[in-house]
Amino acid sequence: MATIDSTALPVDPSVGDLYERYRTMFLIRRFEEAAERQYKAARIGGYCHLSSGQEAVTVGAVAALEADDLLVTGYRCHGFALARGVPADAVMAELFGRAHGCAHGRGGSMHLLDVSRGYYGGWGIVGGQLPIATGMALSLVRRGAEQAVLCELGDGAVNMGAWHESLNLAAVWGLPVVFLVINNLYGMGTSVARASAETDLFKRAGSYRMEGERVDGDDLEEVEAAAGRLLAQARKERRPAVLEAVTYRYRGHSVADAGLAYRTKEEIEERRRKDPLVRTRELLEARGVPAEGLDAIEAEVEAEVEASVSFAERDAPPAVEHLAAGMYMPGSEEQFERMRPGSPFGEAELVFAGGLGE
Amino acid sequence: MSGVAAPAPAAAGTGVETMTYREALRLAMRQEMERDERVFVMGEEVGVFDGSYKVTAGLLDEFGPDRVRDTPISEEGFLGAGVGAAMLGERPIVEVMTLNFVLVAMDQVVNHAAKVGAMFGGEVRCPLVIRTPNGAGNQLTAQHSQSFDGWFAGTPGLKVVAPATPADAKGLLKAAIRDDDPVLVIENLPIYKEKGEVEIDPDLVAPIGRAAIAREGSDLTIVSHSFATVRALHVAERLAADHGVAAEVIDLRSLRPLDVETVAASVAKTNRALCVEEGWPSYGVSAELAARIQHACFDDLDAPVERVGMAEVPLPYAKELELAAMPNEDRIERAALRVLDLAA
Repeated sequence: MATIDSTALPVDPSVGDLYERYRTMFLIRRFEEAAERQYKAARIGGYCHLSSGQEAVTVGAVAALEADDLLVTGYRCHGFALARGVPADAVMAELFGRAHGCAHGRGGSMHLLDVSRGYYGGWGIVGGQLPIATGMALSLVRRGAEQAVLCELGDGAVNMGAWHESLNLAAVWGLPVVFLVINNLYGMGTSVARASAETDLFKRAGSYRMEGERVDGDDLEEVEAAAGRLLAQARKERRPAVLEAVTYRYRGHSVADAGLAYRTKEEIEERRRKDPLVRTRELLEARGVPAEGLDAIEAEVEAEVEASVSFAERDAPPAVEHLAAGMYMPGSEEQFERMRPGSPFGEAELVFAGGLGE
Repeated sequence: MSGVAAPAPAAAGTGVETMTYREALRLAMRQEMERDERVFVMGEEVGVFDGSYKVTAGLLDEFGPDRVRDTPISEEGFLGAGVGAAMLGERPIVEVMTLNFVLVAMDQVVNHAAKVGAMFGGEVRCPLVIRTPNGAGNQLTAQHSQSFDGWFAGTPGLKVVAPATPADAKGLLKAAIRDDDPVLVIENLPIYKEKGEVEIDPDLVAPIGRAAIAREGSDLTIVSHSFATVRALHVAERLAADHGVAAEVIDLRSLRPLDVETVAASVAKTNRALCVEEGWPSYGVSAELAARIQHACFDDLDAPVERVGMAEVPLPYAKELELAAMPNEDRIERAALRVLDLAA
């Protein structure tokens, strides 16, 4: 991935990593716009949940992670994968269902991952990733590792039993996990006010004697600072926490939803005026970064996104003979041998475990 | 701390000892915990209380609270935590008090643990063991007397074993712990107290996906697993004594993978098959077996495949009703006689 030649720009020291953050935010925005176009051209299938408008919380929270921290998210995960450094090519190829997608074409939009970057998915059932993230934090404690888990969820997940069970376990066992609630005001089409008796979602942490905090999810630096502080506590003191980031998604719940049945165009326009990309760009300009430098970032990102689409187009689909690849560990064929399709004891059209290669 | 009177068997050593099914399970866990630091046990009452059914008795004293972890009543939470820990390479053994309570964690079993390998393209594995007993009886009534074995065995991504003897309890639990995939080990309440000979050898592991011929015979094949195998063996004795019939009993031991080959070889020999299970037969394990047998043994069958399972009602409380609903030996024997064309 290309980086910005910061030596060419007059840098205010407070700019720091803001360039890279802004670049990543812009990458997410452009990537998802491209994904929507490809979806509408029927080259991406399934569900496609876009996060446009939520880039500041995504990038800010991920930026607060150390290299060996772990990340677990729900299904609105394109931005998280990109922010964690998963190459755009691998993400786009996954959306296209291609062999070199980050889940080898098995996961699609909702099940991105990259274990080499500590990103353990990409989960599609609301709230289901919370117990899993909690168990990962338990494993870190068992190893005595000074690492933490960041577990992303949406505002809709806080009314699930898994939320309660996970927060309780994390607190009662003292686990290093920060639950990042992305409150974009609507769980699908139901507003937080219609869904949650306590709309200050961060306050629910108090029920578990856990620290809870709310930040402006469109303020990159505020998100990063809060996430950094809570993650540090988790790592060093094994104190779990809830971080609620209030933000907004411009698009519908998924590409199939226009997003207008439950909110007005005026509301969306009002939020767009406070766009986190614009805010971050203004921040950079205020700190002395010239507009040309920022335009250069944007041109570079657009080329990267375009290249990812070309990569996905060229990449081959996964081989059908490896339909069941990955399902069971290598070596399981022997266990399944006595019900193998096509054998005298298996029905020809039943498929349960194929080659595990690829 | 331990409320169990019998001395625990040695975790290491050789030779054969007589022990109960629960002791054999405990031996398997002790051996594997000694062998592999990544193995730990968690669940409700597994530690201080010594286990709801005393399977984990004494493990807390031996291995400490980090490796024998009591949980709140929170099945979805701690079962999912087992999935997460397993994805990082641990070897969690999650005990769920009974199969009935797995239902509140079904999402984590079926839609999370089972999906990890395939959904993420083989990039990450989930070497999780879920231990839980099925079974009915003792007037435990509708919500606590069930066997959903077939639901799990029908789920790609899971492996499901269901030992019927102490020896297999040890061997299959050890195999499950060493396996890199999520394995549901279905234990059984009435069998916990049953005794049998168990080889102590810590390296001895029973293969997953292999059925056992629990009793040899030539006139009829009874296919069963878990407690139904115990019932089938009793019925086989009755058939021999009362009717001069030599019934072969196949103990499946593993439901997914399923050893169709051993079943088919037996039916090819006896030409008659009866499938017995503790659960409801419609869409159940016996339904799967009947389909497999008709395909593999179409030319061998001299009679339609018969099935016996739990009566398809929520299990009632009254003793007389409960007994009538269960796949009791009278019902199994009657079905066997129908398959043999010996019914009165």
